[in-house]
Amino acid sequence: MNIYKAIFLSSLGKKYIMGVTGLALFGFVIGHMLGNLQIFLGPEKINAYGALLKSMPKLLWMARLGLLACVGLHLWAAIQLVRQNRKARPSAYKVVDHSGSSFASRTMIWSGLIVLAFIIFHLFDFTITPEYTGKDSEGRHDIFRMVVLGFSNPLSAGWYIFANALLCFHLSHGVKSLFQSLGLSSGKWRGWFNTLAISVAWLVFVGNASIPVAVLLGFGKEALK
Amino acid sequence: MMKLDSNIPSGPLASKWERHKFDLKLVNPANKRKFEIIVVGSGLAGASAAATLAELGYKVSCFCYQDSPRRAHSIAAQGGINAAKNYQNDGDSVHRLFYDTIKGGDFRAREANVHRLAEVSRNIIDQCVAQGVPFAREYSGYLANRSFGGAQVSRTFYARGQTGQQLLLGAYQALSRQISLGNVRMFPRTELQDLVLVDGHAKGVVMRNLVNGEISSHAGDAVILATGGYSPVFYLSTNAVGCNVTAAWRAHKRGAAFANPCYTQIHPTCIPVSGDHQSKLTLMSESLRNDGRVWVPGKKDDSRRPGEVPESERDYFLERKYPSFGNLAPRDIASRAAKEVCDDGRGVGPGGLGVFLDFADSINRLGEGAVRERYGNLFDMYQRITGENAYTQPMRIFPAPHYTMGGLWVDYNLMSSIPGLFVLGEANFSDHGANRLGASALMQGLADGYFVIPYTIGHYFASHSQKRPSVSHDAFKGVEAEVHAKIEKLLSVKGKRTTRSMHWELGRLVWEKCGMARHKEGLEEAIQRIPELREAFWNEVSVPGGANELNVSLEQASRVADFMEFGELLCRDALKREESCGGHFRTEHQTEDGEALRNDRDFSHVSAWEYQGKDSPPKMHKESLHYEEVKMTQRSYK
Amino acid sequence: MNLTLKVWRQRDAQDEGHFVTYPAHDISEDMSFLEMLDVVNEGLITKGEEPIAFDSDCREGICGTCSLVINGRAHGGQRATTACQLHMRHFSDGQTITIEPWRARPFPVVRDLIVDRGAFDRVIQSGGYISASTGGTPDANTLPVGKPTADMAMDAAQCIGCGACVAACKNASAMLFVAAKVSHLGMLPQGAVEKDARVLSMVRAMDEEGFGNCTVTGACEAVCPKEIGLDFISRLNRDYLSAVAKSTC
Repeated sequence: MNIYKAIFLSSLGKKYIMGVTGLALFGFVIGHMLGNLQIFLGPEKINAYGALLKSMPKLLWMARLGLLACVGLHLWAAIQLVRQNRKARPSAYKVVDHSGSSFASRTMIWSGLIVLAFIIFHLFDFTITPEYTGKDSEGRHDIFRMVVLGFSNPLSAGWYIFANALLCFHLSHGVKSLFQSLGLSSGKWRGWFNTLAISVAWLVFVGNASIPVAVLLGFGKEALK
Repeated sequence: MMKLDSNIPSGPLASKWERHKFDLKLVNPANKRKFEIIVVGSGLAGASAAATLAELGYKVSCFCYQDSPRRAHSIAAQGGINAAKNYQNDGDSVHRLFYDTIKGGDFRAREANVHRLAEVSRNIIDQCVAQGVPFAREYSGYLANRSFGGAQVSRTFYARGQTGQQLLLGAYQALSRQISLGNVRMFPRTELQDLVLVDGHAKGVVMRNLVNGEISSHAGDAVILATGGYSPVFYLSTNAVGCNVTAAWRAHKRGAAFANPCYTQIHPTCIPVSGDHQSKLTLMSESLRNDGRVWVPGKKDDSRRPGEVPESERDYFLERKYPSFGNLAPRDIASRAAKEVCDDGRGVGPGGLGVFLDFADSINRLGEGAVRERYGNLFDMYQRITGENAYTQPMRIFPAPHYTMGGLWVDYNLMSSIPGLFVLGEANFSDHGANRLGASALMQGLADGYFVIPYTIGHYFASHSQKRPSVSHDAFKGVEAEVHAKIEKLLSVKGKRTTRSMHWELGRLVWEKCGMARHKEGLEEAIQRIPELREAFWNEVSVPGGANELNVSLEQASRVADFMEFGELLCRDALKREESCGGHFRTEHQTEDGEALRNDRDFSHVSAWEYQGKDSPPKMHKESLHYEEVKMTQRSYK
Repeated sequence: MNLTLKVWRQRDAQDEGHFVTYPAHDISEDMSFLEMLDVVNEGLITKGEEPIAFDSDCREGICGTCSLVINGRAHGGQRATTACQLHMRHFSDGQTITIEPWRARPFPVVRDLIVDRGAFDRVIQSGGYISASTGGTPDANTLPVGKPTADMAMDAAQCIGCGACVAACKNASAMLFVAAKVSHLGMLPQGAVEKDARVLSMVRAMDEEGFGNCTVTGACEAVCPKEIGLDFISRLNRDYLSAVAKSTC
C-alpha cells in the first residue's frame, strides 16, 4: 500500500489531513488567544511579549511556515473533499429536512472560507502592513496602542467579533469531528469530545471577543492620551 | 410417462448419506470450470449454492428479481436456525432432531432426506460462524441457544430477531466474494420467464431484464431453482410482496412434478389484519411464545380491556389443551387452536380475529429489561404497525400464511422429474412433510445449498453426456417466442381491473376454501371458481405501460397469472388428500376432540402432480413413503 | 384522510424527471406509507395511467428495498423505521407530502422513485466478506467471542443496505454503510485475519463509486432504520489508519 495514495488520494486520508492540521491550527488559536489576553495586564506585558517573539526569528518563522503549511493543507483537503461531495449529489432534493444534523456541521466550508478571509485581512491589518508602527518608551513595537487604536473603530471591532464568532462556530464542529476523523471518538469519549468542542469554542469566542469589547467600553483610552 | 424414482440410497438410515456421498460420481477439479450452472434465486438456498459451486470451480450465473441478492426474502426470517449440536447438554442428537422433524412433519416427509438434514445441520453452524455470522453468545463467549416450537431441547441458534438476515448476509458475502473472483456472474433485477429443455434435459432459462424489458436466453449444463414458496397464492401472507410461484410453476408446465401443494403452513403469531388496504401480514417470531402466554377471554364477546379480565376468566387455551408443550405447541396446532377460539366468538380486537400473546408474567418474572433484550426489536415493530405498546398491554396475534412445505418434487439428489433441473430450499417439497418446525427453514435452505447440491450436481454431470447447447439452439428461440407472446397478450387485454384487486379476490377465495381448515364442498367450489376467475383475469385485467421498460404492473400481472393457475392445483391436491395431517386440515377428518386425523393406510405417500396441458386436469402420481426407522404414531403434544 | 402528493416521475435514467401532483383520497391511518401509494396506483391503473414505480419487497423493514425521501427525510424521519413500516397515523388530513428518490451519483434513478444501488454490492464485493469457503471450518464453539463483542458486531451487522445514510447525507457519503460492514467483520476473531486488507479495499471501492465523504453531520445516523451509530464511522477511520500504518511499516 502506497502511503501517499492511502492518505492523499483517499477520502479518509484527506479527512486525517483535515483533522491533524485542524488540531494544529486549533492549538495555535488557543496560544494566540492566551498571548493576546496579556493585553489586560497592561502595555508593558503585551509589548514585551511581542518583543520576545520577535527576538526568536528562526523559531517565529518556523512556526509561521508551519502554520502556513497547515492552512494550505487544510484548505487544499477541504476543497478536494467539497468537490468530491458536490459531485456525489448532482441533483438536489426539492425538500430538505435537516433535523438530523447541526447548522455548524453543514456549513463548515463557508465558516472556514470566511475565517480564512478574515485571517488574511487580520495579518495585513496587524502584522504585514500595520497602520500603526509606533514604538513604546522602550523602543518596542507598541502593540497595546495599536490594538486599542484599531478597536476604537466600532466597525473594525464589530468585524473582529463577527469573524471570531464564525471561527468558534467552525471550531464547535471541527474540534469534535477531528477526533471522529482520527478514529478516537467512540463510546463515552464521543460525549466528552462534544462537550470539549462546545466549551472551547465558547471559551475562545469569549476570550478573543473580550478585547474589542473591552476597548469599545473604554479600556486603554488613558494609555492613548 | 412420468417416472418418480426417489433414489434413496440403501443401507441403514444413519449411514445413507455418508455412503451415498461415496457412491456419487465426481467431476475432476480441472473439468469443473467447463460446466456452467444456472442458479435462479439468491436467498439462503440459492446464494449458498451459487457461492459453494463457484468455490468448487464451476461457472455460475445467478439471477434474482430483487435489486440485490442481499434482499431475498430469507432475510425476513426472525427466530433462528436449528442444529443438533447438543451444546446445551440437554439430550439433543442428530437422531432427535431427525425424529422431531419427522414427527413435526406429521410423518409425511422422507426419512432419508430428513436424516441427512439433521446430520448436516451441525456443519451449517460451523460454516456460518466461520463466515462471521454474529450469533448470540453467552457471557462465556460460547454460542447461546433458545428453544422453539415442537422441540423439548434448546437447539436453536439465533442472532437477535434477525437470524435469517444474518445467515443470508453470510451467504451473500460468500457469493459476493465469488462474484469478485469472476466465478459467478450475477444478474439482479431479472425474472425467470421459462425453462428451456433440450432432449428432455433442463439446459437453460429465458429471463426478462426488469429494468429494460429485454428477453434473453441463458444456457447451462444444469439449472437450479431456489425460488422460494407460494404463500402469496393467499394474497395476504408474511412473504414479501414480490414472492411468487412463477419459476416453479413454469418449470412444472415444462414437466417438473409438483409435490404436495396442499401442505401450507399458517404461522400462529402474526399481527392481525387491520383493513382491506393491507398488502402483507407481518410475522412476529415464534420465539415470542417462549415467554408470552396465549389467551382469550373465557366467555364470548367480552369487550373488556385485557387488563380488566381477571385471571380466572382467561382461557390460556394452548396451556389447557397441550399441557406438556403449552405455548410451544407446533405451528399448525397453535394456529388451528387460535382459529377455533375465534370461531367460538372469543377472538379479540377488530372483527374478533385475534388472540392475546401476553408478556405480563415474563415481565414480572424477568423484568422489562430482560424481555426487551430478547425481543426488543419485535416489540418495536409491533408498536410501529399497531401503535400499541406490548410492554403494557398484551399483543394481539392471528395466524397467517407463512411457508409452503409443498413444492417441486425432487429425488434424494434434489433433482426434479426433469433431468438437470435441481430445486432447493422452500421451492422443493422434500424435508418438512406436512408441517415445518420453527427454525428449520433456514436449516434446510442452507443444507441444500452448502452441503447437498455441491455433491449431487457433480454426479449428474458425471453421469450424463448431454452437451450445453448454444443459445441460438431452436429450443431457445421457440421458448423466447412463447415468452414474448405471453407478455404481449397481458399488455393487450387493456381491461378495467387492476392485477392487485384480482389477486386479492383469488387470495380470499383460496384462504376461505383452502386455508386453515378445508372441506370437500369448499374445495370443489374453489376448483370451479378459480378457472372462472382466471378467465376474468385474462379478459379484464389492466396492464399499463409497455414490454420494453421497467413495468411493475407487468411484473405483477405475470406473477398473478401463474397464481391463477397454481391455485387450482393447490385445491385439487387438498381435495384429493382425504385425511388431515400437519398444515392440511380437512374438517371431515378429525378426532373427537378436534385434532388432525391421519390416514396412514391410504395417504402415506407424496402426491406428485404432472401437468397435462391447459385443458386437461393434472395427473397425480404417488411416491410411497416407507418408514424404516420411525414408527408412525398419532402426533401428540399433550 | 385526504392528502396531496408531489411525486418525482422519471421515465428512465436519461429522462430529466419532474414532479407530478396526485391527490390521495380516503387514506386510513392504519395503512403503511407504501400501502397508501398502492391505493394511489390502483386509481392510476384503473384510469389506464402508468402507476408510480417504487421499490419495495418484504414490507417489514428488513430487506432494505424501499427507498423514499418523504418530505425531505429518508424513510420519512420516524425513529428506526423504514418507509414500508411508516404508518399514515404520522400524517394529518390535508397535508402535502413530497416524495423523491434517493439522490446520489452512485445511485442513478432507474425509474420514478427506483434507484440502482449496485454500488453497495460492488463495495461488498471488494472485500466485505470473510474468505471462508464451504467446508473445513472448525467447530462453531472453537473460538469464544465475548458477549459484548458479539453484541457490538451484531449492532453493526444489522445494516439492511437500504442506502438511507447516503440519501440523507449532504455529501451522499456511504461511510456509515462501509463502517458497519468493516466493523462487523473486523471485530470478530474470524474476520480479524483479513481486517487490514478489507478496510483498505472497501474504502478504495467506496471512493471509486463516487460517494462523498464524511463531515460528521450525523444525518445518516438519524435516519438509519437500524440505528447504526457514528461510533462505527470512527472505528472505520481508526481501522483504516491502522491498516495504512501497518502496511507502510
